[in-house]
Amino acid sequence: MLGPNTGQPTIGGRRTSKGRRKLLNREEKWYGYAFVMPMLLGYFFFLFGPIVASFAMSFTNWNLLDELKFIGLDNYRNAFFGDPVLLDTLSNTLYFTILFVPLNIMLTLGLALLMQASIPGMGFFRTAAFAPVVTSIVVWAIIWKYIFQTDNGLINAVLKTFGVTGPAWLYSMELAIPVVVVVSLLKSLGINMAIFLAALKDVPMMYYEAARIDGASRWRAFWHVTLPLISPSMFLVTMITIIGSMKVFGQIYIMTGGGPGTSTYVMVYYIYEQAFKYYEFGYGTAIAFILFVIILLLTLVQWYGRKRWIHFEQ
Amino acid sequence: MNSKLRILTLGRLLHYAVLSVVAFISLIPIYWMAITSVKDFSQVFVTPPQWIPNPFKWVNYVELFERYPYHLYFFNSLYIAVLVTAGTCIVASMAGYAIAKLSFPLKNGIFLLLLSSMMIPNESTAIPLFVWFGNLGVVDTHFPLIVPAILGAGGTFGVFLMRQFFLTIPNELGEAARIDGCSPLRLYWNIMLPLATPAIATLSILTFLGSWNEFFDPLIYLHSSELYTIPLALAMFTDEGGVKGHLMMAASMVATVPILTVFFVAQRHFIEGISMSGVK
Repeated sequence: MLGPNTGQPTIGGRRTSKGRRKLLNREEKWYGYAFVMPMLLGYFFFLFGPIVASFAMSFTNWNLLDELKFIGLDNYRNAFFGDPVLLDTLSNTLYFTILFVPLNIMLTLGLALLMQASIPGMGFFRTAAFAPVVTSIVVWAIIWKYIFQTDNGLINAVLKTFGVTGPAWLYSMELAIPVVVVVSLLKSLGINMAIFLAALKDVPMMYYEAARIDGASRWRAFWHVTLPLISPSMFLVTMITIIGSMKVFGQIYIMTGGGPGTSTYVMVYYIYEQAFKYYEFGYGTAIAFILFVIILLLTLVQWYGRKRWIHFEQ
Repeated sequence: MNSKLRILTLGRLLHYAVLSVVAFISLIPIYWMAITSVKDFSQVFVTPPQWIPNPFKWVNYVELFERYPYHLYFFNSLYIAVLVTAGTCIVASMAGYAIAKLSFPLKNGIFLLLLSSMMIPNESTAIPLFVWFGNLGVVDTHFPLIVPAILGAGGTFGVFLMRQFFLTIPNELGEAARIDGCSPLRLYWNIMLPLATPAIATLSILTFLGSWNEFFDPLIYLHSSELYTIPLALAMFTDEGGVKGHLMMAASMVATVPILTVFFVAQRHFIEGISMSGVK
């Protein structure tokens, strides 16, 4: 509603009309730029600049030995048609993701449903499920490497007391990735669980009451009330988790070093090896740029998917 | 009535059973690390596994610090994490405040630009940055672990988190002060920042944790062992192979206990921060 003196606001008789406001605004503008400037410079120097440079470098043969040359699409051609290790790497990364993401979503959602109840001792259980999240991935992977050791590792030692000879977990082509998946799952359950817990808390109680009055079982209430209402979080968590699994590195570096053979080579491990062990910067950037494109596409799906696919967003 | 009650109790018991299994699996590796760190070397790998060390050898920790300069790695990790955390909080809260509360042209564009950096993975920019930092002569220093961590993707998340928080503070609060001639800088420093303490706490904890546990960047940038951070030192020792299990676990404890302590003290902020990253 407009007051009678909207045109001429005066405060305590002082002249604070448009002129002063304009002055304040001009001042505010410069402060605004100054405040975002460090982040903006950081963006250009450490994110945008390097990603453009990465694109440019991927068309060269940049390494420590040869003369720097522009080689066009050779790195990409080599990557997709001449390098069996990269194909292994891509399929391993995909395999890891396909195992890791659905298990992660189901387990964390299930856990969140269990932990949502306010029953005595819940604080302890939440804290326990969270402890691995704060532990360094390096420490976590080292512990599990010991636990999964073939001779006298904790698991095989326990199996031996039951008279079973455990397999060589980390030295088996078939088992290495599933073992790393299990270790990664246990490390990160708490993260998605927390996001789901927050989402579940936002579901209004009255919907459950309405469902109960209508005679819906708890199972049906879950499928028809809870799940649709938390679908935005579900979608977001799925995308974040997929992106995270494309970048899996620490546990691979520590637990398997890509082996046995190339059976646990994943994208970041391959980038690391090409660029920082063999100093093949040109080829390394080509693979790093492929990773960027994959993550860019996933992020775009996430952003546009949220708008199109989800009906319940406030 | 009685049978219904029984079903209820049974359900509750099952509930606790499942949660206990999860807690057990989550804590057993940490327990195992803790006990192995005080075991005699001869008892690290025995069948059946020894669940309570006998004897307790606290002296393993003395041995660890005598053999390896772990105090140095600890100090490196600590000062890097403190600098990164302080820097991120200042820079991100300033930008977050400006984007939420000040009006200037291109503001939304700048915010979107910053947000878009979340889709640029650290690993994809690592090679050009490495070459560039090599030319600047700062490879094998702590510079690449500190400055890009503050002004790069980590800071961007901070900007987002702080903006969300500042949006919840009513505009009238700042406007009154502005009309009275308070500059945006003073307003930010004296009014907005103190109000933002909960958000700053959340951001600090997440940033500290991220920096303390960071592995990829130290791995590519640090070559001299006296510059190592704890995760890098641990990784290098597993590579060498010669380090014995109990010392390895003692070193892992040194890396883990401080961060677990921080976590137990500030759980609420931590879990809030994680779930914040899932909101919008």
